[in-house]
Amino acid sequence: MSVVEVQGVVFRYRTGRGVEDVSFQVSPGELLGVVGPNSAGKSTLLRLLSKVMAPQRGRILIEGRDIALLSRVALARQVAVLPQEFHVAFPFRVAEVVLMGRYPHAAGTWRVTHDGTKGRAVALAALQATGTAHLANRRVDELSGGERQLVSLARALAQEASILLLDEPTAHLDLRHQGIVLSILLAHHRERRGTTILVSHDLNLAAEHCDRLLLIAGGRILTAGRPEEVITPRNLEPAYGCPVTVERHPISGRPRVQGILNQRVLPGIAWQHSSDVREAGRS
Amino acid sequence: MDPTPFPEVARWRAFPLLCLAGILLLGLLLSVMVGSVSVAPREVMRALFASGTDAQDPAVAVVRYIRLPRAILAGMVGAALALAGLGFQAISRNPLADPAVLGVSSGASFGVTIATLLGLAGPFGNPAVVTLFAFAGALLAAVSVYAIAQVEGRLPITTLLLSGVIIGLFFTSCVMLITALLAAAELQGVVFWLMGNLAPVGRRTLAILAITLAIGVLVLSRHASRLNLLALGEEQALQLGVEAERVKRAVFVASALITGAAISTAGSIAFVGLIVPHAARLLLGPDNRRLVPASVLLGAAFLMLADLVARSVMAPAELPVGVITSFCGAPLFVYLLRSRQGGEAL
Repeated sequence: MSVVEVQGVVFRYRTGRGVEDVSFQVSPGELLGVVGPNSAGKSTLLRLLSKVMAPQRGRILIEGRDIALLSRVALARQVAVLPQEFHVAFPFRVAEVVLMGRYPHAAGTWRVTHDGTKGRAVALAALQATGTAHLANRRVDELSGGERQLVSLARALAQEASILLLDEPTAHLDLRHQGIVLSILLAHHRERRGTTILVSHDLNLAAEHCDRLLLIAGGRILTAGRPEEVITPRNLEPAYGCPVTVERHPISGRPRVQGILNQRVLPGIAWQHSSDVREAGRS
Repeated sequence: MDPTPFPEVARWRAFPLLCLAGILLLGLLLSVMVGSVSVAPREVMRALFASGTDAQDPAVAVVRYIRLPRAILAGMVGAALALAGLGFQAISRNPLADPAVLGVSSGASFGVTIATLLGLAGPFGNPAVVTLFAFAGALLAAVSVYAIAQVEGRLPITTLLLSGVIIGLFFTSCVMLITALLAAAELQGVVFWLMGNLAPVGRRTLAILAITLAIGVLVLSRHASRLNLLALGEEQALQLGVEAERVKRAVFVASALITGAAISTAGSIAFVGLIVPHAARLLLGPDNRRLVPASVLLGAAFLMLADLVARSVMAPAELPVGVITSFCGAPLFVYLLRSRQGGEAL
């Protein structure tokens, strides 16, 4: 039986973009990558899976149950999301933020006991798993970007959900922190035998680590399959609208892709992702 | 074994709350002692607790019938405004939100002047009806501000503040228009009330203020931990199982209600909702489960002391208490706006 089952889901924004008739399944323990160009519908899909928005047509089943009929708290016990960006509005401390991940396990009407003994033990384990225990009493707004992403990850792990949705988990990180976050995520995925869905525009990241890839563009699934089946010039060129070369990674043997700059494509525009442009503007 | 990294959150930090309660009691004592006639602490105790004291005793009369009711009124209005500020700050995820800054106070004033125009206010009117009008005005203003400020489901601080200013100015103009239409007799009362004052009010008015304040405390305490999660952003709050829309709506309505009740009894007193939650956050951190009781206690103490200053500095003349709160609040607002915390939130 599949853990996640998406059946003919349609969601259109007022601007017209979104997802069109998307169907796929995820097996237990699988690490699925969802890749595609900007505004392909990746983030929309993630929002639909976590019930931030409801599909206009079709349905989404988590362990056989339609999430439209599931309460938010019940869903949050099964599905945790690692968001792309992590900003906390008030000067909360790291320990307090990680404990917020315990909310779905302790939501009561009057008092939420998510900082009880059990909650604290799980939160501490999450802090240790991400190597952020020494930051527990620091204010989140005083942390560096890399530390903040690790705390966000600890928050998601403290939720103890069997399904983890990752939204560009390494997009804003330097090389070292990319490595740290990835190794923690992969270790967690293997140890817990959980199900992980990775949404990323980083094709090489997804190809390197995922069991299976979904390539989406224009809100539709173009191809699905093992990385070496999906990462081919034939699939990618129409999706991204630019020529690519694919080679094999010297160590892992997984496919590795690179765009080709030529005269017809203006420098930097075709495959420079908006987040990269933002990053460059900041520094 | 107790996990070591959690000293800050492991304990329910009751001690600072007890300190705040102590400050409140001290403020109350000072409020009844100081004035045109000073009353010694022992006299105060006698006036408060001795039974069957004759009304001829000036100390008893001053404490029981003048200063204590005024201090209680100041305390409740201060608590209500502080709590409303805390509520608006939590749902807009910004420490700069305050009933006056958001124009909600002007909306409530507009409601009250409408009630006056219809002849429902004044000594023969029903204070519950006036409060209802103030509540409706506050709600109208708050809904307008949030509707104007919203950009793609977010509340950027610049548009929030600008729309607060615009809505505030608009409702202030409406109030001026109505005061121009009022008869001279009603006019005097309205102008006096508009300046923000803690003149004596009837028992019924006090009771209504107390009930609304209790509703506000109840709603905000109920949702306090969910408001904490809202600080992560609406999308993440939803993904953690919080019915964000429902929580925001409940807190929004409750904050507008207590603003309406405070404004209809004491007129427009600015910045209490900004100063008090900020001070409470400095003392206790941003956890709303502690900030709700802390804001109530500190708000009450703050307005009592502000009123004490307002009636002492130029005695026997009396300043409107709103002058004192604005003199404290405006610099703090500027500081928060320029600091990272306020300027970059959202």
